[in-house]
Amino acid sequence: MIRVALRGLAGRKFRAVLTAVAIVLGVAMISGTLVLTDTIDRAFTRIFVESYAGTDAVVRAKSPDLSFEGESVAAAPVAEEVLEQVRQVPSVDAAVGNLFEDSAVKILDNKGEPIVKNAPTFGFGLDVSVARFNPLELKDGRWPVSDREVVIDSGTAEDEGFAVGDRVSVATLQPVRDFELVGIAQYGGVESLGGATFAVFDVPTAQQLLDREGKLDAISVAAVGSTSPEELVRDLERALPENVQVQTGVEQAEEDSDEIGFFVTFIRYFLLTFGAIALFVGAFVIFNTLSITVAQRTRELATLRTLGASRRQVLGSVLLEALVIGAIASVIGLFAGLALASGLNALFKALELELPTTGLVFAPRTVIVALVVGIVVTVLAGLIPAFRATRVPPISAVREGATFPPSRFARFWPYVAALMVALAVALLGYSLFADDLGTSERLLSIAVGVLALFVGVALVSPKLVRPIASIVGWPARRIGGAAGRLAQGNSVRNPGRTAATAAALMIGIALVTFVAVLGAGLRDSNRDAIESQIRADLILTSEDGYSEFVAGASDAAKTAAPARVVTEVRESAARVADSTQNVSGIDPGLITSGYAFDWKEGSDAVLGQLGTNGAIVAENFADDKGLTVGESFTLESPAGKKKQLTVKAIADPPPFYPLLGAVTIPKQTFDSVFEAKRNRFVFVDVNGSPEAAKSALETAVKKYPDARVQTRAEWIDKEDKEFQQFLSMLYVLLALSVIVSIFGIVNTLVLSVFERTREVGMLRAVGMTRRQVRRMIRHESIITALIGAALGLPLGIFLAGLITQALGEFDVQFKLPVDQLLIFAAAAILVGIAAAVLPARRAARLNVLQALQYE
Amino acid sequence: MQTKTESETKVTETAEANGRVVVSGHELMRRYGEGDTAVDALKGVSLDVERGKLTAVMGPSGSGKSTLMHILAALDRPTAGYVTIAGTRLGKLNDNEVTKLRREHIGFVFQFFNLLPMLTAEENILLPLSIAGEKPDEAEFQTLLDQVGLADRRKHRPSELSGGQQQRVAIARALVSRPTVVFADEPTGNLDSRTGGEILELLRQAVESQGQTTVMVTHEARAAAIADRVLFLADGEIVSELGHASEHDILETLEQLRR
Repeated sequence: MIRVALRGLAGRKFRAVLTAVAIVLGVAMISGTLVLTDTIDRAFTRIFVESYAGTDAVVRAKSPDLSFEGESVAAAPVAEEVLEQVRQVPSVDAAVGNLFEDSAVKILDNKGEPIVKNAPTFGFGLDVSVARFNPLELKDGRWPVSDREVVIDSGTAEDEGFAVGDRVSVATLQPVRDFELVGIAQYGGVESLGGATFAVFDVPTAQQLLDREGKLDAISVAAVGSTSPEELVRDLERALPENVQVQTGVEQAEEDSDEIGFFVTFIRYFLLTFGAIALFVGAFVIFNTLSITVAQRTRELATLRTLGASRRQVLGSVLLEALVIGAIASVIGLFAGLALASGLNALFKALELELPTTGLVFAPRTVIVALVVGIVVTVLAGLIPAFRATRVPPISAVREGATFPPSRFARFWPYVAALMVALAVALLGYSLFADDLGTSERLLSIAVGVLALFVGVALVSPKLVRPIASIVGWPARRIGGAAGRLAQGNSVRNPGRTAATAAALMIGIALVTFVAVLGAGLRDSNRDAIESQIRADLILTSEDGYSEFVAGASDAAKTAAPARVVTEVRESAARVADSTQNVSGIDPGLITSGYAFDWKEGSDAVLGQLGTNGAIVAENFADDKGLTVGESFTLESPAGKKKQLTVKAIADPPPFYPLLGAVTIPKQTFDSVFEAKRNRFVFVDVNGSPEAAKSALETAVKKYPDARVQTRAEWIDKEDKEFQQFLSMLYVLLALSVIVSIFGIVNTLVLSVFERTREVGMLRAVGMTRRQVRRMIRHESIITALIGAALGLPLGIFLAGLITQALGEFDVQFKLPVDQLLIFAAAAILVGIAAAVLPARRAARLNVLQALQYE
Repeated sequence: MQTKTESETKVTETAEANGRVVVSGHELMRRYGEGDTAVDALKGVSLDVERGKLTAVMGPSGSGKSTLMHILAALDRPTAGYVTIAGTRLGKLNDNEVTKLRREHIGFVFQFFNLLPMLTAEENILLPLSIAGEKPDEAEFQTLLDQVGLADRRKHRPSELSGGQQQRVAIARALVSRPTVVFADEPTGNLDSRTGGEILELLRQAVESQGQTTVMVTHEARAAAIADRVLFLADGEIVSELGHASEHDILETLEQLRR
């Protein structure tokens, strides 16, 4: 029996290969994701391990537990005297103090533009006097020893063609300056830092450039011979003041990796989601293909039954076929994933989201996960066809044109399908609107709900195939002549088969539509939020738009002739009323020229009465904490400074994109609490047209290349463009599942052509040309694809509408991007045409005579 | 007798010129396979099919009768020799040209009907016109439906028709384009004897009333008995020929050949 199954499979190699492709792609995505994220993970681990390799203990300022939207807030520096105190501790062998800055230092390229690729731009002040503490390896040159010298990372040097001896401009918290490039360095064992860059100065230079005179960010300590790191930490803790924290090098490395590990894990699950979608679509394809082959083998299976095969053996033989296909596909997918990992990295690179990498990491876990998932999905998808095969009665062996006996449950199917859809919608509603769900439970139940909805619609769709085909088949009938009419007829001959084939494409199209519709709504919300808040003619932001940037830029902006009002908005994260919030610092007298408050309680007049401890709070924050006007609360800076504040007014900024933090205080108060005096925005009102004033301002802030001058419209456009880029990445990743469904259509068509061989022979005999045969298959393919689109587009719109509703509190709008949806429908036609190429050629090539005699 | 002499070939050409002969095969050879395993299905068969006549080709299975029909109907190509249909020599035509020629000149009736299950009887009958992009003449179509006795079955699908009715649809489909010649391959092979008789009557009637040239391959003497001319094939050669003959005479000839 096993031999029969394997021989049968070998005899249908071509079909087996086509079927396997459906699984190969999904498995490849999974193995590719694991390989890529493992590689990134190892690169980061290397960086941190290298950073603390020779360090027994690290001394830093104690910081409140601050992390904001996944980004941790940099700890405040410690005073230089601490280093002296550390050196006095008897068990200390050596200690050096270093400076680390992850956003303010930017290397300029040859055109004078800062190099920023959606990744940190590090600036280090390194004391290289003790080699064991140095995390970097020199590739060329030497370390900097004066305030005119710099060392940069090898990736940037290579990309920009910088060599030792060149002049390199670097932007810092001081006006941009030229340095002599004296060396090129890299973390040991790391091939690429991805989009990140670093510039290394000596410690005094870094202190001056980064506004940290007399301060250090971290002190690396080595113990004398016999002292363990733990003992060293104890000794240091006893000797040092309260406001510092001491950790072993290993602990510090773990803490740093944990932060980044969260980020890598996020990317891993993000990409795995797309692999899972592709596999889910692949499961549809496998299910459909096996169903068709089982139906076509009715007589063969019946013959086996007459020869004494039991139902169990028939079941086993079909499952074995699935198992073999799954195993082969998974192995191929596993290795294809290696290639895909490089492809994904290239995709990230193209979108300037590149991450550090080393040589590809191929972990045993990757092998196990890829193989198990691929095989299990294939076998599961084969279960229903396998059970169906067991229902073939032996009598079918001798009956001409024997068909499948319907299942005992067949008449219940429509109810089951409708129930499934209803349950899926209910689950989605619950997971989106219930209050008491954690994020991960919510995401999981949304995922289950969406999958159930897809399956439910797929189960209902056989009933929809006929009416939809008569609508989407209209062009085929009009332009395809007899071939087109036959194509439509063929497409509805076996509604279940067409439905399952179309359902695979439906999933891809639904998700793409979902992304497009939700994306269009988010872009509109973003635009409206910005437009309702900004009054300024021009806005200065950092190059990336969201980091804080040099305060000096706003002073420079004031020197521009057309500038009438220049007002700064500082920003930092802080502990406020037991939660981490963004805090903004404003000029109370000038802010309204650039920013429009939407007052819930209070008015613009309140701005003049803020004093030194008055605060404006955002409504959602006030509601959350039960704060009302007149009440006070405590704010604690990352450095641990505390300030008592009183609520003077409550504002209601657009929840989708509030430009100010939850708490807004006067700039003077802000500067007295926070170490870093950096701006998030600078609003500028000008005399004359903003467009004309723009170049004058650009000239004025030329020394601060990180500051970008934009008109309000340009700012919105830039945000739009970046968002569009993100959507493009989602489309590329979703394309994978669409490709899988193309193979599904190819499969179904090939099998249908095979099944209708004699018909094709007859059609050819009565005068159908090869071209007409190809056209017939092509139109059938297009009709199938359009059925997929007709199911997927409304489903995607429905899902986007549901999410929009759920995000109601963020003011997310609902908008149909009609042009994009039309493009998707057109893409479905292209999918149909592409899928038909091979089956159409096979059908056209059939020898008429052999086809006629075919049984 | 099986092989035409040179003078006979000339006669054929004159006959063709006169339009008396619509299909002719010249020295047709068909070999399957190569080398030691090669099988000669046809070993040099020449024949003329006359206009308005029903020609039956008989022979035991393996005699080459189906191969002969396939070659004459432009479904297969001979290894040597050539076929002329309505004055066109087939050898040099490409697939498209052959297809067009089949469209214009040839109708088919198959043993297993070969109807499209998703089309109605009417649509099945009109299929050749539809493929050729032609519009049917409603009056002519009505006559045809009456002729095959399907006037009340127009909208039925094949699964709702009996075997005999399905074969009537197939015959109507073969006649609808008014082809030069209809090839029928064991048209009664898949029917009971009474229904088979009705189908034979229908085929005969088309010859009588419309002068429809027909070539029928059969192994049933009863079917061959409606023909104007009966050719007997054995081992790839025409071994005997009768004019219009009774079932009894045909069986006798077959008996002789078997000896």
